[in-house]
Amino acid sequence: MKPKDVSILIVDDEPSIRNSLAGWFKMDGYKTEVAEDAYEALKKLQENNFDIALLDIKMPEMDGIELQRRIKEIDKNIITIIITAYATVETAIQAMKDGAFDYITKPIDPDELSRLIKKAIEQRRLIAENIMLRGKIEELQSLDEIIGESPAIKKVMELINTVAETDSTVMIRGESGTGKELVARAIHAKSKRRYFPIVTINCGAYPEGLLESELFGHEKGAFTGALYQRKGKLEMANKGTLFLDEVGNISLKMQMDLLRVLETKKFTRLGGDKVIEADFRVISATNRDLEQAVREGSFREDLYYRLNVFTIFLPPLRERKSDIPLLTYHFIKKFSLSMNKDVKEISKEAMNLLMDYDWPGNVRELRNVIERAMVNVKGSRIEVDDLYFSISSPYPKPEGETLEDVEKAHIKKILNKTGWNITKAAEILNIDRVTLYNKIEKYKLRK
Amino acid sequence: MPSIYIVPAWLEENHDLEFLRLRISEVFRKKTVIYESKKIDFHSIYNPSRKQYNSSQFLIQLLNNHPKDALRILGVTDVDLFIPILTFVFGEAQLNGIAGVVSVHRLNNKFYGLPENEELLRKRLIKEAIHELGHTYGLVHCLTPGCVMNSSTYVEDIDEKSEFFCSYCSSVIRG
Repeated sequence: MKPKDVSILIVDDEPSIRNSLAGWFKMDGYKTEVAEDAYEALKKLQENNFDIALLDIKMPEMDGIELQRRIKEIDKNIITIIITAYATVETAIQAMKDGAFDYITKPIDPDELSRLIKKAIEQRRLIAENIMLRGKIEELQSLDEIIGESPAIKKVMELINTVAETDSTVMIRGESGTGKELVARAIHAKSKRRYFPIVTINCGAYPEGLLESELFGHEKGAFTGALYQRKGKLEMANKGTLFLDEVGNISLKMQMDLLRVLETKKFTRLGGDKVIEADFRVISATNRDLEQAVREGSFREDLYYRLNVFTIFLPPLRERKSDIPLLTYHFIKKFSLSMNKDVKEISKEAMNLLMDYDWPGNVRELRNVIERAMVNVKGSRIEVDDLYFSISSPYPKPEGETLEDVEKAHIKKILNKTGWNITKAAEILNIDRVTLYNKIEKYKLRK
Repeated sequence: MPSIYIVPAWLEENHDLEFLRLRISEVFRKKTVIYESKKIDFHSIYNPSRKQYNSSQFLIQLLNNHPKDALRILGVTDVDLFIPILTFVFGEAQLNGIAGVVSVHRLNNKFYGLPENEELLRKRLIKEAIHELGHTYGLVHCLTPGCVMNSSTYVEDIDEKSEFFCSYCSSVIRG
C-alpha cells in the first residue's frame, strides 16, 4: 500500500495533539482526518473507510477503549492504535484484548511512531490480502463446480466466457438448485471486475422494508432500530458485481426503485438526502416465468428488459443426466477431502439409482444426497443403502399413470437395488424367476 | 523581487549562515536573503515541563512577521524543538505553504556526546533546510533512496541521504 492509499483517522480532544499528528502523517503522504471526540469519530467512520484509527484513551464522555469497541462493530478490520499519556498495565491489556494493534505513550518518539504506522499498514495489507484471497478461493471453487460435459452445460460455459468479458447486465434463468449463483460468481470471477467484490442479495428473503434498507442502506434514525448509519449492498458492490437472486420476487414499489438505480447508478440511503453514486454490474437470477409475470402485471416490463439484456438458461439436471456421473464423482472427491474420508467410488447399482431419479431439486439435491451418503458410508464405496433422498421418494417416480408403468418402474428399482441379482429380485417381488425374466423382456429392461 | 528569507533565531550561538544562503539560492534558483527579525519571541513558545520550544508556534510567529515579498521563509534556530505529540522534531514546515523551521540542536554531534564536527553540522543543516523548504513546495516524504525528501527521524537518517532531490521531487520544485 502506498502512503496515499492509506487513510488515518486521528481522535483526540486536544487540538494541538490531533493537528500535530495529522501534520506529521501528511508529510508522509497519508490521507488524514481528525475528530475531536468519539461521536465525531463514529460519524466519520460511517461516512468513510479508514485503514488506521489512532485513539486517545482519555476523552470526555466516551474514552478511547469504549470508542474502539464501537469502531470494531462498524469495521472489524480497521487497525486501532491507542494513544495514552496515562499508560497503565490494565488499560493497555484492556485495549489489546479489545483488538488494539498496539498502544503508545505520548509524547511519542518520532521513530517509534513511524515504525508503528509502517507495521500497522503491513497488518492492514495482510488483512486485505487475506479477504481478497478468501474471495478468490470461493470464486475459483464456484468455477470448479460448474461441472459437466453435456452439450447443454457446455453451452452455458461458452455463454459465461462470452458475457464475462463485457459489462452487460445478465439474467440467469433456471429451476431452483441448478446453480444460478455459481454461474453469477463464475461470470464475476472472469470479468474485469474480479478484484472487487461480488455482493449477493436474496431478494426473496426480505420483507419489502428490510430489502430496501439492505439495498440502499440507511442513515442513523431512519427508522426504529436504525441506531447507526449503515451502507447498503449497492454501495458495497461499488466497482464489483451486484447479484440479485430471486429478482422475480420483489414488490412493484421495489421494482420501481430498483429500475431508477439501475438506470442512474445513483441513490440515497433511507432517511438521507446525500446522493451516492456506485458503479456496479448487475447479474440477476430467477426461477419464475417472468414473461408470464409481465403479462399478468406483477413484474414491470421496463425492469424486465433492463435486467434481461443477456440471458443464460440453466438446464435442469433431468435434461442433462449424462452429467450425473461426473457431478457425483466431483462431490465424492470434494466431501472425501472435507470429511477426511477415503471414499473413491460408487457402486453400479447406486449409480443406476441416481441416473433413474428425476432430480426435482437439481444439482443442489444431488450434492445433498452425496453429502449424506458420504456421512453414512462405511467403506470406500457408496452403496445403494447409503443413498437417502430427502426432497421426494428415494426411488424413481413411476413414469406414467398406468398399472404397467408402475410395475415397470418398481421392477427396475428392485433390480437396480439388488444389482440385477434375478433370484434376490424375484424373492423381493414375490414372483418366480421365470415370471421376472418374462417381465424384463416385456418391459425391455436393461442393466 | 520575491525572495527566500532565512531568519536566524539563535538563542545561544551566533552562527554564520552564509553557506546556507548560498546553497538554498543554488538549489531553488531564487534570490535568498538572510533576514534578522526582532519579533520572534522564544519565551512565549517555551514549555518548561519539556524544556523544549514549540515548533508549530515558532512557525506561526514567522508567518505573522514575514516580509511582504517573501516567497518562502525559513526560521533557523539552535533550540530543541517539539510538536505536542512527539518527543522532538528536527524541523517543521507548512505543506504547500510558505514557512518552515529547522533546528540545529539535534544535528550537532555535541548533543550526542560526540566531538564537534562543523562540516558535518553544516551538511546536516543544509539537508534539513532543503527538506523543510521542499515541503513548502508540496513535496511529501519521498521513498527514493538518497533523496533529500527521505524522512529522517534519527540524525543517522540525515547522514544517509544526499542533499539532492530525486528526479521526481526535482521536477515538482522546478514546476
